[in-house]
Amino acid sequence: MILRRLQYEMAGRVVGPVVLALEEWQRRQRRRGKKPKESPLGPPLECTRKLKELMSLHYLQGRYADGAVPVAWVTSGFPVEILRPLGFHVVYPENHAAMCGVVRMVTRLSDAVEKEGYSRDLCSYARTDLGSVATGETPAGRLPRPDLLACCTNICQTVLYWYRALAERLKVPLVLVDTPFVYGESKPHHLAYVRDQLAELVEAAERVAGRKVDPAELSEATRLAKEGTRLWAACLATGKHRPAPWTGIDGFFHMAPIVALRGTEECNAYYRILRDELEDRARRGIGGIREERHRLLWDNLPIWFATREISTLLAGRGFNFVCTSYTNAWAEAGMRTDPADPIGSAAVAYTHIILNQDLRNRMGILSRLAREYQADGAVLHSDRSCKPYSIGQVDLKERLARELGIRVLLLEADHNDPRAYSSEQAENRLTAFMESFG
Amino acid sequence: MSAAVAVGIDAGSTTCKAVAVDAGGAIIARRLAAADPRIEAQTERMLAELAAEVGAGLPVGATGYGRKRVRAARTLTEITCHARGAYAHMRCAGLLIDMGGQDTKVIRIGPAGDVVDFAMNDKCAAGTGRFLEVILGRLHVPLAEVAERVARAERAVPVSSTCTVFAESEVISLVAEGQPLEGIVKGLHQSLASRVGALARAGAIDVDVFMSGGVALNAAMVAALQEAMGRPVKVLPDPQLVGALGAALSVVPAAYLFA
Repeated sequence: MILRRLQYEMAGRVVGPVVLALEEWQRRQRRRGKKPKESPLGPPLECTRKLKELMSLHYLQGRYADGAVPVAWVTSGFPVEILRPLGFHVVYPENHAAMCGVVRMVTRLSDAVEKEGYSRDLCSYARTDLGSVATGETPAGRLPRPDLLACCTNICQTVLYWYRALAERLKVPLVLVDTPFVYGESKPHHLAYVRDQLAELVEAAERVAGRKVDPAELSEATRLAKEGTRLWAACLATGKHRPAPWTGIDGFFHMAPIVALRGTEECNAYYRILRDELEDRARRGIGGIREERHRLLWDNLPIWFATREISTLLAGRGFNFVCTSYTNAWAEAGMRTDPADPIGSAAVAYTHIILNQDLRNRMGILSRLAREYQADGAVLHSDRSCKPYSIGQVDLKERLARELGIRVLLLEADHNDPRAYSSEQAENRLTAFMESFG
Repeated sequence: MSAAVAVGIDAGSTTCKAVAVDAGGAIIARRLAAADPRIEAQTERMLAELAAEVGAGLPVGATGYGRKRVRAARTLTEITCHARGAYAHMRCAGLLIDMGGQDTKVIRIGPAGDVVDFAMNDKCAAGTGRFLEVILGRLHVPLAEVAERVARAERAVPVSSTCTVFAESEVISLVAEGQPLEGIVKGLHQSLASRVGALARAGAIDVDVFMSGGVALNAAMVAALQEAMGRPVKVLPDPQLVGALGAALSVVPAAYLFA
């Protein structure tokens, strides 16, 4: 145990940084003397290297986490602050699945579980994750085996069955936080119900960790998570500048720490640097794309395996995604947390995330984002894998067009499965959409 | 004959179309042939033929799925070109339904000819010209006889499959059950029209509806669409050439536009 803990700490503090520094040096050597490729995108963010370092270290350290510290696998909308004071190493299967999407491993992983009988109509994150567990393949080298599975239904109902399948496969306890869907306003008894479950979660997590939660540490984790949310919101808000200093696609990648490292000082330190860089770019008029002529809003998850292709296609004609409802989700919910009442406020915050609220709320968010970021168009990604996010988009499209007078495109794709995506057709629709701006 | 000022080519999935237009936007020369997978060779041949007829050195606009393979042309999507080509005839706001070989487009065109909104069938050729072609071929009904056969049908036999392959086996079963051929063909048209109607969100239409594409030459399909949408559907002149016309109009030199 002590040896394992030493390995874990060394991986994060010594070995990891040295390996990454060496890799970076090798990368620079390879690039020396090579002319950068012509691109309609703006100069890359300096922070991207730091982001890669931060996330690589997280995954590298994770390889040695089991046996050293308690390990939890959690859904993206889970109140992770509660696990921080108990020293959990937290893995986000959704974040990991997105990583598999970017490196184009999904078809192989998904095939593995489709052979076991899982339907291709299931969420591609779920198939990617279950496929990774079944085959042991991961771009992270190795994922630590969980001691606890923690699932919150505020993002969809699929996670419930997905985590039950994981619990059965891995033979580990599963804690479930069920959040009643919010129509209009949440009811006090809904919040009491969630609060009670969070109290039970604390007990379950304490049993796994073998110690009690220190209330002061829980309050501190909540404060850090809230500060992280504020910092992330400040990064996103720089997109209101003309030109926007980054692209919405950059945002999809830079959101990794607020999802996976929320409630830690590393996360906040990273966003302070990113915010400063973005504000500096905005002051100096450096855009996310070379020539910003039109500003767009993106709704739903990204198409992870085609992000570069899409952003380059759009940038070539002067179109930039200056805001996305997805990255914005992590700048909103956490604002409702309160270090003075970590459990009670988490019940409120995690019940009110975008996917757990009705269409009227969604419309309100989209229209506010479009106005605040001065978007003159919107692309609504109808995501085959994410039904809760995609339902209602036909109506949202019409209302956005009618009420805001902006052009709106419904783009059919999938966030992680390239087999549900036709590159040629997507390019044709996006090009026709851009042509319609005249 | 007036002088040609621009050429448009629509390299579609089923047919390849090319037109030359004069300064007034009228089509003065045309070519239409079944699509050849060797797109470069076919489009070059067509453009050479047009050049021999109306003169060489004209600007070329290209559209259709093979547009990127047309040499020395300005490329534009089918959506933009169909809207421009259709507006040249319509001269008013309207809804254009273009039913081509492998895709169906519904384009909402504004009063100034701009594309307000569009929708297309996704990832599947059900609901397109190819769908009808495959099934009618299976039933041995020549395209020329379709309208007359449908008119003779006493009632439509419902065809529920929207997948071309499944629909094919469904109609074979219907024939085997002894259902009248005319009724099956009518049912097929109704099934297709209801799909297109859904794409157009038929209930929400407040403007005139126009139709282009090869399928517009099938009177039975036009009638089925009118019924599904509950309003008249006007077929544009030379419906197969609307995309190529729009491509040509997109590259007419500015000097002619302001003349």
